[in-house]
Amino acid sequence: MRGATLAKWALCAAATGLAATACGGGGGGSAGVVSASWGDPQNPLEPANTNEVQGGKVLEMLFRGLKRYNPKTGAAENVLADRIETTDSQHFTVTLKGGWTFSNGEKVTARSFVDAWNYGALLTNEQKNAPFFQYIDGFAKVHPTSGSPKAKTLSGLVVKDDRTFTVTLNQKFSSWPDTLGYAAFMPLPQAFYKDHSGWLRKPVGNGPYRVDSYEKGSVLRMRKWGKYPGPDPARNSGIDLRVYTDNNTAYTDLQAGNLDLVDDVPASQLKSVKSDLGSRYINQPAGIIQTLTFPMYDKAWGGPGKEKVRRGLSMAIDRNQITREIFQRTRTPATDWTSPVLGADGGYKAGLCGEACVFNPGRARQLIKQGGGLPGGHMTVTYNADTGSHKDWIDALCNSINTSLGSDNACTGAPVGTFGDFRNKIAAKRMSGPFRAGWQMDYPLIQNFLQPLYYTNGSANDGKFSNHGFDTLVDKANAQTDTGQAVATFQDAEKVLAAQMPSIPLWYQNGSGGYSERISNVSLNPFSVPVYNEIKVN
Amino acid sequence: MGRYVIRRLLQMIPVFIGSTFLIFFMVYALGDPVAAMFGERAPDPATAAQIRRELYLDAPLWKQYLHYMGQIFQGNFGTAFNGQSVIELMVSAFPVTLRLTVVAVVIEMVVGVVLGVFSGLRRGRGIDTSVLVLTLVVVSIPTFVSGYLLQFLFGVQWGWAAPSVSPEVPLNELLLPGLVLALVSLAYVTRLTRTSIAENVRADYVRTAVAKGLPRHRVITRHLLRNSLIPVVTFIGTDIGALMGGAIVTERIFNIHGVGYQLYQGILRQNSPTVVGFVTILVLVFLLANLLVDLLYAVLDPRIRYA
Repeated sequence: MRGATLAKWALCAAATGLAATACGGGGGGSAGVVSASWGDPQNPLEPANTNEVQGGKVLEMLFRGLKRYNPKTGAAENVLADRIETTDSQHFTVTLKGGWTFSNGEKVTARSFVDAWNYGALLTNEQKNAPFFQYIDGFAKVHPTSGSPKAKTLSGLVVKDDRTFTVTLNQKFSSWPDTLGYAAFMPLPQAFYKDHSGWLRKPVGNGPYRVDSYEKGSVLRMRKWGKYPGPDPARNSGIDLRVYTDNNTAYTDLQAGNLDLVDDVPASQLKSVKSDLGSRYINQPAGIIQTLTFPMYDKAWGGPGKEKVRRGLSMAIDRNQITREIFQRTRTPATDWTSPVLGADGGYKAGLCGEACVFNPGRARQLIKQGGGLPGGHMTVTYNADTGSHKDWIDALCNSINTSLGSDNACTGAPVGTFGDFRNKIAAKRMSGPFRAGWQMDYPLIQNFLQPLYYTNGSANDGKFSNHGFDTLVDKANAQTDTGQAVATFQDAEKVLAAQMPSIPLWYQNGSGGYSERISNVSLNPFSVPVYNEIKVN
Repeated sequence: MGRYVIRRLLQMIPVFIGSTFLIFFMVYALGDPVAAMFGERAPDPATAAQIRRELYLDAPLWKQYLHYMGQIFQGNFGTAFNGQSVIELMVSAFPVTLRLTVVAVVIEMVVGVVLGVFSGLRRGRGIDTSVLVLTLVVVSIPTFVSGYLLQFLFGVQWGWAAPSVSPEVPLNELLLPGLVLALVSLAYVTRLTRTSIAENVRADYVRTAVAKGLPRHRVITRHLLRNSLIPVVTFIGTDIGALMGGAIVTERIFNIHGVGYQLYQGILRQNSPTVVGFVTILVLVFLLANLLVDLLYAVLDPRIRYA
């Protein structure tokens, strides 16, 4: 036993020796500051280059644009825009409110917007959100599909005076003003162009927070901007976003009181999260839908008469059971191709999918038989295995299909190592069976759930679905000036999807999160991002 | 001695070139990284082409490799996709991992050697058996199990330590992750020391030392231990390289943003400059650690000479 005691002493001695050299630091944030979990953003934090939710979180705190989506209802509301007027849904005049500045003191003018949009659209700036500017006149010149750009600025943008600019679109697009709450449309100060690398080290915007310090890949400290002129100033003195590679660690940190807010509860903790956090657990709908997309370019899946097989498969999936057992009700069975966060006025319509989204094994077997059966009697569901614990639900989904079809090997999961490889296979049209697809809306419009995903050559049309009837209806809807009418026409287009089933709607995803006793008034917006500026520190 | 070192250093050149090429080739084989940058959306072809040209991805593999090596010799390790230079990433990551490794190595050396000496001196007795059982248990627990378990017990249940390491990476917060990282190697160090001590305790020079009337602690530390440490030093030398690169799991569990974290991100995003750059440095660390170990032999055992 003497050996063991000695060893313990030695360890303690080494420990104190090391601890003595360590220079303090660490621990919780300073008074009034909320610490929250974060993932390392994939791209530099430029508005037109941020296309994923982690970078989007920061931009939501640092910037305010012409419009902002109401954190509760998702409705696009004017912020910097005083009014956006049009008579023909193609020519718009934007008038700004006065009194707005960037946190470095520079005034926000019409030029702040026009220059930022021109920067985002120009091909040589390699901004990943450039296609968001594609409806503005002159886009083809600054962003040709091949070769170098013929112009530096969009001809459709004209500055009239400090507070007015006009926008000409290359097509009618009635709901275009409602897209302007997206991060890509934020204004930028002159410092962004003059000292670009300096700006990236410490971004400057016009939102309720300003950057205090940014250690890339580790922590981003933001503090309340006292002179913020907007109607929604921060109700805490700052936010520290800490990068976590493993959401389990973030959750453990929350339990230990080392972190105030996590916005991604790991799947393995869902069973115990209610007993761990009680009312401090958030689970509310978000604008995310998960689908199973078919490779319509493959004759075996997209050929004539195959819609019966696709519809049959949809009926073979017991969505209720999977959302209950695997997801612990953090997802809701889907019955259309949009999301409940749109609301009935915005275009969400429960049950639009009809009988095809209702679990019915008998009818499923019948339909699949009529459609000529599964190609080769067997199908694989491809997914990426590196993130999001997709394996669990894909296996459950295949199980459900197998049980419904009464065959042990009708469906199996086919993992792909990385998300990058998965996306490459999709882009190269190398999918031989259905594959997982998730869509997080860019802005809460029914258009955003349909056009990018199912319009011929749409930017996220992974299954290469192409249907003349659908395209015509979408074009018609975009040209309608009356919002209610436009939504109804979009729903007509959605009915084409119900008949053709190019992708099976699986479930609407909820945003989830949890917070410590230190903070209150925590909620998620329709993009499943916490509304940081409303958080109060107790 | 000097010539020996130079010869060893020269031998590193082909190893260096070979390993960088292999890694480059493997990351390349993962496929085109550009599609993943665009998320669930199909990449805009014009922007994607522009990025590929910028990152030199449109050239054939051998050209990319030559271009990359040319950059390295100018001290430029390329740029990660989030716009940071790989050098910048290294400057932030290596010191962190180095600290973690030092903590782990100190723990495994101190605890491992002490336990090894005691069980070696009391071969077959109670303490020897209990240490044997203990090390067997420790060796058989994978790092992610011991990591999550200790993190939960110390961090949440008892509240003795923070479950994760804060961005400043103070050494006291590294004790727990260091212990987790050291656990498996600790068992090996213990076993190696024990066997070596048990063998040497009957050697002639120990008997001579005892016969000379030297005090027991002097016999053990100066004569027995010094001669028994050679296999242990070999192991620790190779272990430093393994710990630095193999801390991916531990760094992930305790949210330490070191080499393992950067490698993990790099692999996930198929970011070849990050992965190749970091692994290249790791290869160098490994080679240098091995050289150092060989030189240490001569210090520990005067019979070993290099020419």
